[in-house]
Amino acid sequence: MELLRFATAGSVDDGKSTLIGRLLYDTKTIFEDQLESIERTSRDRGDEHTNLALLTDGLRAEREQGITIDVAYRYFATPKRKFIIADTPGHIQYTRNMVTGASTANLALILVDARNGIVEQSRRHSFIASLLRVPHLVVCVNKMDLVDYDEEVFNRIRNEFRQFATKLDVGDLSFIPISALHGDNVVNRSANMPWYEGSSLLHHLEEVHIASDRNLIDVRFPVQYVIRPQHQTNRELHDYRGYAGTVAGGVLKAGDDVVVLPSGLTSRIESIDTADGPVAEAHPPMSVVVRLTDDVDVSRGDMICRPHNQPKVSQDVSAMICWLSPDHSLQARGMYAVKQTTRNVRAQVRELDYRIDVNTLHRDETADSLSLNEIGRVQLRTTQPLFIDEYRRNRVTGSFLLIDEATGATVGAGMML
Amino acid sequence: MASTAQTYELTNLQTLEAEAIHIFREVAAEFERPVLLFSGGKDSVVMLHIAKKAFWPAKIPFPVMHVDTGHNFPEVLEFRDATVEKLGVRLVVASVQESIDKGRVRERPDGIRNPLQTVTLLDGILEGQFDAVFGGARRDEEKARAKERVFSFRDEFGQWDPKNQRPELWSLYNGRHQKGEHIRVFPLSNWTELDIWQYIAEEQIELPPIYFAHEREVFRRDGMWLSVGEHSTPRENEEVVTLKVRFRTVGDAPITGAVESTAATYEDIVAEVAATRVTERGATRADDRLTEAAMEDRKKEGYF
Repeated sequence: MELLRFATAGSVDDGKSTLIGRLLYDTKTIFEDQLESIERTSRDRGDEHTNLALLTDGLRAEREQGITIDVAYRYFATPKRKFIIADTPGHIQYTRNMVTGASTANLALILVDARNGIVEQSRRHSFIASLLRVPHLVVCVNKMDLVDYDEEVFNRIRNEFRQFATKLDVGDLSFIPISALHGDNVVNRSANMPWYEGSSLLHHLEEVHIASDRNLIDVRFPVQYVIRPQHQTNRELHDYRGYAGTVAGGVLKAGDDVVVLPSGLTSRIESIDTADGPVAEAHPPMSVVVRLTDDVDVSRGDMICRPHNQPKVSQDVSAMICWLSPDHSLQARGMYAVKQTTRNVRAQVRELDYRIDVNTLHRDETADSLSLNEIGRVQLRTTQPLFIDEYRRNRVTGSFLLIDEATGATVGAGMML
Repeated sequence: MASTAQTYELTNLQTLEAEAIHIFREVAAEFERPVLLFSGGKDSVVMLHIAKKAFWPAKIPFPVMHVDTGHNFPEVLEFRDATVEKLGVRLVVASVQESIDKGRVRERPDGIRNPLQTVTLLDGILEGQFDAVFGGARRDEEKARAKERVFSFRDEFGQWDPKNQRPELWSLYNGRHQKGEHIRVFPLSNWTELDIWQYIAEEQIELPPIYFAHEREVFRRDGMWLSVGEHSTPRENEEVVTLKVRFRTVGDAPITGAVESTAATYEDIVAEVAATRVTERGATRADDRLTEAAMEDRKKEGYF
């Protein structure tokens, strides 16, 4: 059984909570005591219907204000797959939450109200999904019941969206007409829309092919931790020296020639170890221990890759940044701590090339700062070299955090160009 | 859990295990004094099992801490001691009884010690100067937990501020903190109860015997079957019966309810959990039923 992570964005009005509630309910994920609890709360609040949003709005402030303020993670499974939903609020002031949810998602689910068609919010969500390189985008045209299940309405929205999506970098784009409230095309194909020949949403989520989304070509093994048992009596264990890490790209094999960055020293993979025994090959996102044939100096922050396929090693980084801090804005000349794979360096913002309007995609080249939820392109100069892969080629090695050195807060999400 | 190399795909459990191993290694590399909270409950047992795999063939490079309410199931204490001895890890016991004796906390009129653990836990963290504390909490357990980060920042008072959490992106975990502050780390955040049981069954992980169906003297209180023991005695109107039961969670004995069950093997339990319609906390934890936001309130104060 595979794991699929998907992000949903939208506001209560789009029926997002209803849709998630229905997926959870119809896959028997909502438990009786949870349902009783939200039924009781709904009654106490005087809600007309059982408010399924209460399932995801877990914090007291959210319940009191009737809003979602943070990413909530929900879990459900079918016999085919396990799913993790990163449920994010859709308003513009929560762009950072959608960026967070999308960063690990295999698929993004965007809801469009059939009566309103594509609105500013749909464009923003699609842009964020494409910026974060979410490989699969599913547009659910919701509330089809309110437009008499009209095929024309669906086709018009689909065509308009496709037109807009040509401006974005979207790998796989699908459209599903649904009614979350009545369950049309959510779990089962709907009899109300015989003209729709595609699969239901759940079926799509179960079947969408995600294995090939990972980069299996460029070998990248960021060294996370050096394992040295230094056993007193067992001689073999005494001399054991292994490099632990999570495969970030490509397929490592015992016997492969490798180069260690930044030293540039070459060696060969002696074996790939796990607590369950050695493995012949390791691929993302396996956590393994690599042993090399030579006694080269390797430590945390180093990168093991193949001699003929290396990332660029540089102190100059071009990147798209989404600003996450409500307290301070990104300024040119600002210094930040950078966390990229297992590397920690510092960086100065040399230039802000432009700020992008997430609704119109317009680039403002006169901008001189990025505030909370704003996105722009910057030039950074780092104190130590980074191993640079384009984010579009590898989401693991191409991403980084900017951290405020004074407060320790995570203030920026970066994607290398 | 080796993968099928030909397809380069991992199963759900392999993915979750790899993620947890990654988290353990990040913490070991970036923190000075981590500690793992170990109660002998199934989630902490799984956590310890994965920690062992993360550093193999070396030993686990940090101690474990048990926040001991003094109200234990004897089987669980025995299991705790046997496990740490087998793994060769150091056990730190933070005792609620000691906190009471020292006047740090006062016994509640109802005798329930679960809420008292927070003070003992925070004192234990302070005394050990621990800067990273592994907990076995899962996001599927409870709605406040669903919002918690994998690396969860705690201030000098051990407090959690749910509205001011660091965004957590990709698999990049920010563990920055000042002296006196610490990070709670939850390697099992993305696991469900069913995942835990399927993993226990696949890996054949040893557990305290009370997780498996057995005959036990119990009495009914607040809709739960409570065990007759040293620290939980039935009141006059509460009838004691002998039933075949097992525990879904292991906590402070007087408030941890048993469920009627005949599931005696790993496979039986996986099947039972897959079919259940009540969450484990709803079924077995009286403390979570107090208010809608009971967990959020306790977590803000520094609870697990």
